[in-house]
Amino acid sequence: MAKITFITSDNETITVEGTSGSVMELAVQHGIHGIDGDCGGVCSCATCHVHVAQEHMHKTGAANEIERDMLELDDDADEYSRLACQLQLDEALDNIVLRVAK
Amino acid sequence: MKKSELADPFKSARQEKGYGKMNDQIDPVTMVLRLKDVRKTAHDWKKFTSGAVPGRIVVPSEVNIRDTRQIPFEVDPPMHGAYRSIIERWFKRPLEPEYEEKLSQQIQAIINEALAKETIEVVSEFSLPLQSRALTLLLNIPYEEAETWIGWGTHVFRSEGVALDASKANILYEYIDRQLEKASQNPGDDLYSVLLNSEVEGRKLTAEEAKGVMVLTFAGGRDTVINAVTNSIAYFAEHPEALQRLRNEPEIIGKAVEELIRYFSPLTHMGRVVTEDTQVCEHAVKADSRVSLCWASANRDESVFEDADKVVLDRKLNPHVGFGFGHHKCLGATHTRQMMKIFLKNLAEKVERIDILDLKENIEDLDEFKRKVGYDQISVSFKAR
Ligand code: FES
Repeated sequence: MAKITFITSDNETITVEGTSGSVMELAVQHGIHGIDGDCGGVCSCATCHVHVAQEHMHKTGAANEIERDMLELDDDADEYSRLACQLQLDEALDNIVLRVAK
Repeated sequence: MKKSELADPFKSARQEKGYGKMNDQIDPVTMVLRLKDVRKTAHDWKKFTSGAVPGRIVVPSEVNIRDTRQIPFEVDPPMHGAYRSIIERWFKRPLEPEYEEKLSQQIQAIINEALAKETIEVVSEFSLPLQSRALTLLLNIPYEEAETWIGWGTHVFRSEGVALDASKANILYEYIDRQLEKASQNPGDDLYSVLLNSEVEGRKLTAEEAKGVMVLTFAGGRDTVINAVTNSIAYFAEHPEALQRLRNEPEIIGKAVEELIRYFSPLTHMGRVVTEDTQVCEHAVKADSRVSLCWASANRDESVFEDADKVVLDRKLNPHVGFGFGHHKCLGATHTRQMMKIFLKNLAEKVERIDILDLKENIEDLDEFKRKVGYDQISVSFKAR
């Protein structure tokens, strides 16, 4: 079980819980504004872009190479960027805060 | 080689140089072949514009057969975003349960029709009607209208053996003019009316702008969807085990759709016009010349995709560009993904076996490269479960 907090681009804070699947799937199930998950989680659409809170970066680790390539051309991307479909829900992510990218 | 296979004609050029050349009418094209370069070029709209003379970024060029600018496709940022935001929500409607249900009924009906026939020519008797009927949902207009579009045949812009055909294109243009005229007299809940009622930069969209969106909606999703559906049927005919797998593991259908789109790359490439002397993959390109973003080659880039020439139905990391990339990525992708998901699910549930009887491949002539993109015709028989 992991509690995930999303801060949307209109500054709404929503905390939801999930046990399995990806963070993108959890967000889509709960209708988190700004996370569309168009490609279903195969890393081809970048509609699941989030910024991990700086102090929580150790919980997720950095983006993998394919993710980095996807994000490279996104003007809004920074070193805290991840694609939510590449984050698997598990205990390690408990209480993490993610800001939904614009 | 299996009949359903789509070879990768770009391989050696992609590995050795990263680009290819083709002569399109009298306006040649430098084709960008590697995934990273394709993405970079797609992203850099200042150096590689979409806002050129209408029809010029399309390959083969359509400058001689149309003046109407396709919107938002032939517009650069920031205007591109202004147009796109008007229609973006409308094109997400396929995710609504009611839409999904109607689409599902249409697709089940057409599979049942195919099962009832002894043999069926897939392009004209399956894929074309499927695409046309589904389009009535996207436009939100009566189902019967599909009959008119089916009557046009698979190519609106082409006659048999001719690259471009102005008289055929005019059928579509006159048709859209008429529909827009009707909608302005008598507004309803259809896409035509929605467009005519939309505002951009604080003013109403003009009829010409609305037409530009409609031309794109008709043209952009026609042979691409027909290729995706037809190629899928050919693939499952030769890979019954894959159909079986979708039956047993319906949860992988979403991934399977992405993978089939990567492998088929229903649209081979899309052009841009170069605005200043620059380069693509260390090759000089001159201002006012054309480049193309070759999605089909990028989708087989072996430096990114393991076993790039194989269909791996549940491929987990699949950063393909089958729906384009960047701000111009395909507007109809939501509709197409939904359609393909429902199609695969029902095909797996209802069909035991498909046998290919006869076929004619559709080979695109890109000078240096010849690419099979699908079929001109393919006859098969369906066997029910
Ligand atoms: S859902 Fe498409 S990249 Fe994450």
